[in-house]
Parts: sequence; structure tokens; C-alpha cells
Amino acid sequence: MPERVNEIIRSPGFWVTVWRRFLRDPVALAAALVVLGLILMAVFAPWIAPQDPFQGMSLRRLKPPGTEGYPLGTDELGRDMLSRLIHGARISLFMGIVPVLCALFIGAAIGIVAGYSGGWTNTLLMRTVDVFFAFPSVLLAVALAGALGPGMTNGLIALTLVFIPPIARVAESVTTGVRSRDFVEAAKASGAGALLIIRKHVLGNVLGPIFVYAMSLVAVSMILAAGLSFLGLGVKPPQPDWGLMLNTLRTAMYTQPLLCALPGVMIFITSISFNLMTDGLRSAMDIKA
Amino acid sequence: MRESDNVPLLEVRGLVKHFPVKRNLLGRATSVVSAVDGVDFDLRQGETLGVVGESGCGKSTTARLLMHLIEPSAGTIRFGGKTVGSAALPLKEFRRQVQLVFQDSYASLNPRLTVEESIAFGPMVHGTARTQAQARTHALLERVGLDPRRFAGRFTHELSGGQRQRVNIARALALQPRILVLDEAVSALDKSVEAQVLNLLLDLKQEFGLSYVFISHDLEVVRFMAARVLVMYLGRVAELAPTEALYTDSRHPYTTALVGSLLSMNPDRRTEAAPISGDPPNPIDPPPGCRFHTRCPHAEPVCAAGVPGLGMRAQEHWVACHMGDPMSGHSKAPARAA
Repeated sequence: MPERVNEIIRSPGFWVTVWRRFLRDPVALAAALVVLGLILMAVFAPWIAPQDPFQGMSLRRLKPPGTEGYPLGTDELGRDMLSRLIHGARISLFMGIVPVLCALFIGAAIGIVAGYSGGWTNTLLMRTVDVFFAFPSVLLAVALAGALGPGMTNGLIALTLVFIPPIARVAESVTTGVRSRDFVEAAKASGAGALLIIRKHVLGNVLGPIFVYAMSLVAVSMILAAGLSFLGLGVKPPQPDWGLMLNTLRTAMYTQPLLCALPGVMIFITSISFNLMTDGLRSAMDIKA
Repeated sequence: MRESDNVPLLEVRGLVKHFPVKRNLLGRATSVVSAVDGVDFDLRQGETLGVVGESGCGKSTTARLLMHLIEPSAGTIRFGGKTVGSAALPLKEFRRQVQLVFQDSYASLNPRLTVEESIAFGPMVHGTARTQAQARTHALLERVGLDPRRFAGRFTHELSGGQRQRVNIARALALQPRILVLDEAVSALDKSVEAQVLNLLLDLKQEFGLSYVFISHDLEVVRFMAARVLVMYLGRVAELAPTEALYTDSRHPYTTALVGSLLSMNPDRRTEAAPISGDPPNPIDPPPGCRFHTRCPHAEPVCAAGVPGLGMRAQEHWVACHMGDPMSGHSKAPARAA
């Protein structure tokens, strides 16, 4: 009946509806545009930045913003602040997004398996996760990064480990909620195996909430990464990273306070944009059926 | 039919399900709810077996046990003479033959899938190609009274309760089963829609040669649908009889009370007193002997002492009550046959 199939009235799918609702939320949309702008800035940093972020000159150290040729001034080694901030977006966004994505894959897998299996599997997996939960996240990140040694890769691993437990918890609780619904029973009754049921019936209902939760962690991850860099446990100088820049500039806090605040301002803008975007996405997905 | 008519389509023997409610530190159950405690019945080819009882008497647990959605603690289910789960009849094959329609039409459909995807899922699990499954889906939608062009691409929240329950019926039929277990399938619908769906179920039964296990708390609906009725009380069978015999000549005091609670159209048949009072006892700690003796107007010491067996008291009429058993010692039992 091919000609008949073409006539079928198709309702817009869930994600289409979410997208439309998201577009109607001005705050979320503005935040999303800022995030997009930051990502573009990070990707095209070498082409946008007016100067070499590594090239310093002791003659022009700690110039205030507005100096001729250096619109945002220069840092303690005389490097152009604007260029360093633009390049810093690369590492800061990377350290914000990548650990959360890694933790999303691992944590969601753990949580969905635990939630769907229930019983002993659930207890075993979630109690293991709870052990990590017992430590404050900052402390855990610092301890892990300290144990693994400084460096970007180790910082990344530390942050991923920090975010797996909360994501697994959320994944487990939404999956447990979906698992007991009748449509999962009906799928079992039709003879489908666990993997197929998870793929076709569970994922579509749990990925949204898990993803939104993970998005809200991006800002946290960025700030934690900045904190690690600040403590000397993350990115090593002379890499331009917002957290590291805060650290190295702090000696100039009393002479050039505005200059010292700039990396912090960037962190603030990025994290608030991510948070507002996540809030918008959350309310867009909250569709009353 | 391939099987001889003597072999029932579905034979349920000694079905038991205990749910642990408390566990000790080692995970051993220290306290259990016996939701279903020794249920036997047959379902014959082409018949509708009604299952009635109060909330919490084990109707829905029985339905899920029939489908093997939960593992029975004890007992066997045989389908067409073959034990379910054995090498002769693997679970996946059995599940194609028996399908379930749930009470909550909304919760039983995945909100992220279209009607078409929900219905086609089952056949595709069993290896039907997508296009073929879709064609079958459209034919079934048409058959349950929903225009496939208008409904196939819809999501469940866009449908009314009656439409959703039709989709659920189509989904259950998509695997071409022999038995449908209808667990309060029409209870959530309003009366006019309920009547339409009941008539649809009757038509479908004829057309596809189905047998129904019709679970309901609504005695009128069961009377309309079922050929035989099984009355459950606290996880046990109280009475099993042909529908008319059960409604006009009930032998178990619990059934009598249930039938007595029906609203009568006859003004001369007014009842003042409540036919039965109180709540069913706690199934964690069920009363000894006959489970109904705490609420039974005819209870005697013998009722608390011994569990009444399910005995045939008339043609096809099975009752689990000491009053029907001449050997029980109950004062109202018939005299022992010489």
C-alpha cells in the first residue's frame, strides 16, 4: 500500500516539539547563541586572535585594558590578554565539555544497566558509585588529579571520574521509573530481549533527562578545571587557560584588578550561558502530554 | 484445530506467587505476601473465562504469571499440552501465542513511539520485515476501528482513552496470538466507550478465533463477556462455574455476597444490608483454613481448621467451601451419601 503510506498524517516527533519550544524561549536562545559564539571563538582562535598568545615582551608587562594595540591589556609576561583569552576558550571549553561527555557515556551506561536490571546488579553497581559520591566533588577532583599528577589528560580523567557518580545516579533513577511502566512489560510480553527493550523503549525515555542533567554539569566541570589549573594540577603554563590565567595574574591583583578579573569574567559568562541554555532545554522538554 | 478438543488450550495447575516484603541481612525473605496461592483452571479453545474478585485478590498477578512476566514460585502452565518454558515450547514462542492488554492504556504505550511503531514492534521482534509489519499494522488499525491514515503517525498523548485502548488491542493482536489476557482492559473507559470496545472484542474473538481471559472487577461486564467465571479471594479460587450458574446459583458465600452486591433493576429486589462488610484480611498473614471465614456469615470452627478443597458440586461447577463437602463436618454441609 505505498500510496496510502504517503497519506499518513505524521505528528511532529518529540525532539521536533522540544526544538520548537526551545526556539520560543528568548533567554535560552540568547544563551545558546552565546555558547555557540564561544565555541566558534575556540575553534577559530588562531584566525581571530590579533596576536600570538605565547609571545611576551618584558617591556609591556601588565598594561591596563585599553592600551594602544592591546585592547584588553597584557599579562604579567607582556602577552596580549585578548589573544590569550580567545585561545583560552579552547582549553576551558574542552575541559568543560569533554569530561562531561565521557562521564555521560560511562555514567548513563552504568545507571541504565543498574536501573533496568534491578536487584543485585543494581545494588552492586550503585553502592560502588556511592563510594565516590561520599566525597565532595572538588576534593575528589583535587585528590585524583593530585594522585595522577598534573597535566591536562590527568585533569580530564579526574573530572570524568568526578562526574560519573551523579550522572549514573540520575540515569538509574529515571530508568527505574521507566522500567516499571506497562509498555516495558508489554515489550517483554512480545518476546523482546533486554537489549532491544533498552534500545527501543528505555533510551528514548531516559536520554533526555540524563542529557539535560549532564549539560548542567558542563559549567561545573569548567569551573573545577579552572580550579585545578589554579592549583597547578591541571593545565601547565604557558598554555592559555582561564583558570591558569587567574592563578598567574593574582600577583597583580592590587596593581591591575580589572586585568586580573578578565579570565574570571569569561568563566562567568560561559558557565551562566550553559546554565541558562540547560534551563531552557529542561523546560522545553517538560511537555505535558 | 489440531489438538483434540479434550486438551484445553491453557492448563494452569497449582500456580503460586509469593512476593517477599521483608528480607533479613542475608537477603532471605522473612515475610511474604502470597498474592496467588494455588490457582488451578483451564482455558478452553474459543472460550472467554472471566476472572473476578476484590482489589488485591491476585487477579493482576495471575495475569502476569500467565504471561510469565513474573516467575511463578510454583506451579505449571501448559499451552496446548506443552509445558511453557520447556524445550517443546520456549518462552518466546509462547509469548507470541498469548498477549496481554493492560488497564492503563496510557502507561502501556511508549510515549516516544508513534502508534505504528508501537504496534509493529512485536512482529519485528519475531523477524517480520519492517514493510510487512507496517502493512499488518495498518490492516489491524483499520480492523479495530482506527483509520490508519489518521492514527498511524500519531503519538499516544494525542489519542483519547478509547482510541488508545484500541491501539493496545491492535498491538496485542499484531503477533497473531491465540489467547488474549485482558487485565481490566475496559475498566478505565467510560460506559459508552466501554460498550464499543467490548463489542469490538467480541467481533475480534470470532474473526481471529481467540480465547480470552477476561479479568475485571465489574460483574456485569463479566456476565456479558464470559462463558465461565472464576471467582478469586485472597489468592485462591473460591468458585469456578459457568456464568449463568454462578450468577443464579452461587455455592460459595463469597460469590453470593458479590452477586448480591449487584444493583438490581427490579424494585422488589431491594437489599438493605450490605452483603459483605470489612476489608479482606492482610495477605501477609492470611487467616488459617478457609481464607474467607473471617467475613463469612456461615463460618464455623471447621472453617478455621481446614482448607476447603476445590470440589465439583454440580456440572462444571467447582467450589472451595466446607458447606458443599459432605465430609467436612460443617453443619450446613449436605448429608453424607449412603
